[in-house]
This record gives sequence, structure tokens and C-alpha cells, in this order.
Amino acid sequence: MESAGLSGLILKRLASGLVTLFIVSLMVFAGTEILPGDVAHAILGQQATPDSVQAIRDELGLDRPAILRYLEWLYNFVQGDLGVSLISGREITDLIDTRLRNSFFLASVAAVIAIPFAVGLGLVAALYEDRLADKSITIMTLVFVSLPDFLLGYLLLLVGAVTLGWFPALSRISSSMSFIEQLQAVALPCLTLVLVVSAHTMRLTRAAVLSVMNQAYIEMAELKGAGRRRIILRHALPNALSPVLNIVMLTLAYLIVGVVVVEAVFNYSGMGQLMIDAVSKRDMPLVQACGLIFASVYVLLNLSADILSILTNPRRRRPK
Amino acid sequence: MNDYLLEMRDLRIETIVDSRKKRAKPTEILKGIDLTLRRGEVVGLIGESGAGKSTIGLAAMGYARRGLRLSSGEIWLDGQQILGGSVAQLAQLRGQKVAYVAQSAAASFNPAHRLLAQVLEVTKIHKHMNTAKAEKRAVELFARMGLPHPEAFGMRYPHEVSGGQLQRAMTAMALAGEPDLIVFDEPTTALDVTTQIDVLAIIKEVIQEYKTAALYITHDLGVVAQISDRIKVLKNGAEVEEQATESLLNAPQNAYTKELLNVRSTVIETELSDDEPVALGAEGIDASYGTVQVLNDVSVALKRGSNLAIVGESGSGKSTLARVIMGLLPPSKGTLSYNDQPLSSGLSDRTASQRKSIQMIYQLPDVAMNPRQTIAEIIGRPAQVFVGMSKQNTLNRVHELLHLVDLPVEMAQAYPNQLSGGQKQRVCIARALAAEPDVIICDEVTSALDPLVADGIIELLLKLQRKFGISYIFITHDMAMVRAIANDVVVMKAGTVVEQGAKARVFAPPFNDYTHLLMSSTPEMRVGWLENVLTERRMEAGGQ
Repeated sequence: MESAGLSGLILKRLASGLVTLFIVSLMVFAGTEILPGDVAHAILGQQATPDSVQAIRDELGLDRPAILRYLEWLYNFVQGDLGVSLISGREITDLIDTRLRNSFFLASVAAVIAIPFAVGLGLVAALYEDRLADKSITIMTLVFVSLPDFLLGYLLLLVGAVTLGWFPALSRISSSMSFIEQLQAVALPCLTLVLVVSAHTMRLTRAAVLSVMNQAYIEMAELKGAGRRRIILRHALPNALSPVLNIVMLTLAYLIVGVVVVEAVFNYSGMGQLMIDAVSKRDMPLVQACGLIFASVYVLLNLSADILSILTNPRRRRPK
Repeated sequence: MNDYLLEMRDLRIETIVDSRKKRAKPTEILKGIDLTLRRGEVVGLIGESGAGKSTIGLAAMGYARRGLRLSSGEIWLDGQQILGGSVAQLAQLRGQKVAYVAQSAAASFNPAHRLLAQVLEVTKIHKHMNTAKAEKRAVELFARMGLPHPEAFGMRYPHEVSGGQLQRAMTAMALAGEPDLIVFDEPTTALDVTTQIDVLAIIKEVIQEYKTAALYITHDLGVVAQISDRIKVLKNGAEVEEQATESLLNAPQNAYTKELLNVRSTVIETELSDDEPVALGAEGIDASYGTVQVLNDVSVALKRGSNLAIVGESGSGKSTLARVIMGLLPPSKGTLSYNDQPLSSGLSDRTASQRKSIQMIYQLPDVAMNPRQTIAEIIGRPAQVFVGMSKQNTLNRVHELLHLVDLPVEMAQAYPNQLSGGQKQRVCIARALAAEPDVIICDEVTSALDPLVADGIIELLLKLQRKFGISYIFITHDMAMVRAIANDVVVMKAGTVVEQGAKARVFAPPFNDYTHLLMSSTPEMRVGWLENVLTERRMEAGGQ
């Protein structure tokens, strides 16, 4: 009975995730449809004559009804066939392969640093509420959250690469580089991301922990003689876990999706760069593929946050 | 030294003020309290909210709530001075020497852990017995507290058991550390009367059995009379008087104590005949929330100018009935009538005059008012909407209404958070009056208030009834109030009417079983009431 209820809950979440993805796919497709400009013109550039434009339109099937093209695209996408780039003529799967890995690499390095850092700062700020530590952490993070990420990126470039010369200005990585070299190459974009996401994560963690610390059961634990450590680890943390997990998942999603700007600043060859190029060249299949991949990552992370919070909360795990 | 387990001398507690604000002065919350407690003794602390009862209870554990500090005096617990004690010293005492039972068990159990783990935590923190032994003891305690399936009970999470069971589990949790002293902070206030009596009986038994001393904090003299050896009456952080229970009840010295003992001033005895005209009627009402049926064939009639009391425990459907009458929840079956005219079940189908004529006052005045509106706006709005008053007239009317509910006219410009609980409820009454209603439904209007304040509210409502001929439906679980002021009584249980009729008939033999249970469960202000009731019940059960 109990497990049936639980798996039912999780199935429901999964289903709603799928519905979300479906809606997103519609929006991505519709969005690229209404983009101004025409791919045939973009391909032909100066040489566009009415005939040659028409020829390309026929070849790509651009004159067929949008709904048909959407269904076909979705059908292929689900099977893992992302189509062919209109500009380069290469399989999109191949194009995306290394780019996606590069983006994941950058995002994971940033996440590995940012999440423990920000959650830790949030805990410290909550524990020393309204004292010096809390106030300085809050002010620092506020400064970084108010700076736009591209500006922060350029500032770090200026200091880290130009003035000090510690890190390369262009963040190029290749498979021939060692892991350490790769880390050094992504140091600046990674630092930018860490600084940008930490502020939100830290503030949300602080708020989540503080709201739990005001509960009657925390007072009760103290009146049972529990020490500070025990109160925080055993009584506060399990209850703050579900909001904090949500925050962490949102941070991860932001990292993966939010790399677009940072990649552009540091000329890092990841998904963001790829998508920006594709948009400027009207390479619709590539834009659609990138869009849907970003959306899937986002939905997947939110879904796991949801499921984890069900699993960590007895009230949702064992509903009456 | 002496043989006191707990001794407080001239204890003072004050608010902590922000050191940057130079002119701010700390407010004294406790103004020099002396208290002594011997081993195995039970002292009751009684007083209205703000009297400092809980603050004293927590001080016995060396604990002050956020924003407060133990400023001076002495607190000796078993020979140790604990005021100003180190964190380690206090942690050592808490749970082991002195334990705490809080008012809201639902909020005081950690929702993330099983009950057993929380009950055993004390023994784990203080390494006071091995796990197997502690678990065995926990099961014994669960059994002793009359909890169902004691072996399996601890494996549940707090949200999976009822309020009464949680409260018992919390007492078991306090006993788990084998403390010398337990501080009970309103442990039965949140419970229904029929549950309260069981919990009360078991608390009394176990503190005698385990020879534990106790500080028992409550605002209910009837409750504290059952359990304490001595009672200390407090008001605004100072002691009013302290006496042995029996003599306090029989010969109170102080005027304030006397007031607390005789809170009910008005008693209505008028019996109305069945052919009196009916102001508001409900006939064969069925209602449900989603698929759960909450009302089953409920019929009630409010006679014009009278008081109809609807009593029952939580979950009996009494508030749902009020929602149906107000038109907020359309019933699935049954009809409503107002002054012999059919009353539509949906609010939007009612005429303006019907809507104006039936008003409601809620249990919690705090949440029934918009905190960002002034009192004048809150009261003035219905006067404009229902009576169509102009701006200038509205202000005059607001002043008139404030006068009617015995509030100063200057209060018109205040905001709700500047008022006390009783004042807020008076504003809510004024707001209902602004529509010039015939019928007012009072949904537990006094249950969030201190007894003396509550009595003032009831007096006010009755005064208004004499003046304007308003008919009231009182939805309540307070049997004492029902006995005092109702003309007719409806007893509800699990969505059905168990019994109804004139008060004199309902509250006289032959009793309906459930009505009798409700009546006999209401604590009375005399020593030995609890034992009498329990003995009677045992004899009745044995006799059947």
C-alpha cells in the first residue's frame, strides 16, 4: 500500500515532466518558426535568386505545413535523430557531441565548487544570523548578484588574464590537454559562474534553514539537552533538505542553461556558442535541437528535485 | 541548603534590547518571582496570556525564548544554580533532570523522524541507558500512556497519529529520561474535552507513579484544580497569590483570583416554546467536501431573538454547517429558510437584504481582518456596501459602532496589530453590526481568548441582543458557556445531530450518551472532580 502510493506519486511527477517537455517542444518549434529571416536566404547569401531560393525551399520541405514538419521533427527527435544542420550539412548529433560535453564539463566544475560553497555559506549565515559573518556574507553575495554575468566575466578577464596573466583569456579546451590543463583553461568562466549562482543559492539556503530553526521542534530538541551540532544536523537539516535540494537543482539547471552568455564572453566552444551561431545563421534544426536539449536538462533536474523532496519528506512519502 | 528540588528567588526576566538603540529600555516580563517545589510535588501556574507562565516554566530549564534574557535572581535545580549556567551544564540537566511537555505536540515533534527515535533521543544524548533497554522502556511507556499497539506505535511518523496520541507520546518522551521534574505547558489546551480528560487522567497517574515533580501551566482553573497540590496565580509577570489548591478554590484572597473563579456573569434561563417564530432554519442538510460527506441530514432552527448553541468536538461538522448557512458551501441536499422565506443555498443567488441580514464572526480575529486596513475602513466597509452610507455618515457610524462595542472612538485610526485579542474581536463584532443584521453566527468567537476577556465578549453580544433583538447561533465546544447562555442546544457528532432541543431538556436526565459524555468531560473547578468522573465511568462500564 505504502510503496504503491509512493511509486504512484513518482509516476505522476514523471508524467507531468513529459507533458512539460511536450509543451516545450511545441514552443521551441513555434519560436523558430516565427524567427524573422529565411534559411534559404541565409544559405545562399548574396547569390540568392528567386529560383535558387525556391529550389532550396523545396529541397528542405519548408513549404509543407508547419504541423507536419513539427510532427516529423518530434518523431525523429524522440528516436535520437536530431536531423542535419542546414548550414554545414553535418549530422546535428555529431555537432553537438563535443560541444555538449564541453558545456557539461564547465557546468560540473562550476557546480562542484559552487554548490558546497554556497550551501555552506548559507548555513554559516543562518547559524550566525544578524552577526558579522552573516552580514558580510550577505553583502558580498549581493554585490555579485547585482553585477551582470557578462560584466563580471569581462572584469575577471581583465584582472585574471590581462593584468595578472594567471589564466588564459581564451578558454579553449581539447582532448589532447591534461585534466589539470583543462581546469586551468576553464578557471575564469568557471569562477564567473560560481560567483553568479552562489548569491541566490546562499540566500535561499539561509532562508530555508532559518525558517526551520524557528519551529517548535527545534526548541524541543534544545530542551531535551541536544547540542548545537545535533540540533542542526539531526533536527534542522532533514527538514531544510527538501527546499535546499530544490535550490541546488535550480542552480544546476541555471548553470547548464546559463552558460550561454559566459561561453560567449570567454569564447568557449560549448552548447551556448553553438546555439548563438546557429541562431545567427538561421540554422533552424540546430536551434531547435539545442533548445530542446536545454529544456530537457532543465525539466529533468527539476523532476529529480521533486522526486528527491518526496523521498526525503515522510509526510509526502507516507501520506495518510 | 534545603530539600527543594526547584527553587526560584526573585527571578526577573526582561526583553533584550538592541544595543544600538540608546533610548530603548528593556521590558520586564517577570517581575521578581519566588517559587519552590519539593520532590514529587505538583504546582500549578495559572493566569491569562502574558502572565509569564510559560516563561517561568522554561526558566526552570535555564531556558529563555528568543528576545528574552534571565536578568537577575536565582534558580536552583536540585542544588545547582542554573541561572547563568554554561551551555554544557544546562544541556546536561535538560531532558535528564527536567523535561518539557509543550502545548502543541504536532509542532513539537520533528516531522522528519519516527516517534520512537524522538522518544529515545534523550537517552541517546545523555548516554543514559543502552538502546535495547531504552527501547523496552519506551514500549512500556507507550503502553502505560494507553497508546494503541505500543510495540509498533513508535515506528510511526508524527503526522500519522492523532493529536491526543501525540500529546501522550510527548509525555512518554518527557518520562523517557527519568527526570525529577516535568514542566507541562498547557498540555491539553489544544485537545477536545473528551480527549482532554483521558490525557489529563493519564498525566496525573504517571506523575504519581513515577514520583515526578511537575510544574503544570494552564489558563484553565478547572484543569489545574485536578492535578496540582498548590496553585500560583500570576498576572502580568507578577504573583497574585499562591495557596494550596483546595483553599485557593474555596477561599481566594485576591480580587483577581475571585474574578478568575467566577468568570461567568450572566445566565439565561428563558425557555422558548416550540411555536416561536423561526428566524433561520436548515432542513435535512447534506454537505460534502469533495467526496467526503461532512453533514448528514442536519436540521436546525434558530428562533427569533434567541441563542442557539451548536456543540460538538472537532470534526463534528459544526463549522461546516455555519458555512452552509452563510451560503459559502452549497449543500448537496436540503433547504434553508430565512424568516419563513426560502433562502438560496448559493451566496450569489441571495438578495442583498438577505446577505446583509446574516453576518458571521470568526474564531481568530487576527486572520479575519485585513492587517493593512485601519479599524475605520474595516468597520466602515459593510456600512457602505450593505447600508449604502456616504463617506461622512460612515465615519459617524464607525464612531457609533465603536461606542456600541465599548471601544474608544480614537481606535478608528488604529491598525489591527495595535489591538489586543479581545479588542480585535470587538472590532469584528462592530463590523458584523455595521450591516445591521438580524442573525449573527458566532464561530468559536471566544475560544482564542482568555476567560475574563471571553466573558466580556459574551456580555457584549448579549447586551446587543437586548438592544437590537439579534438572534445568535453560537458554534462552540465550550459546554460551560452553552449552559450559561443558550436557549436551545444542538449536539453534533460526526456530521449528524445527536440531540437537540431546549437547553433545560437537553441538559437534564434522561441524558443522551454522547451529550452526557461531553458534559461530564468538562473540567469543574473543584478538587476530586477528575477522580469522581473516572470512578463513575468505571462503575457504569462495569454495570453494563
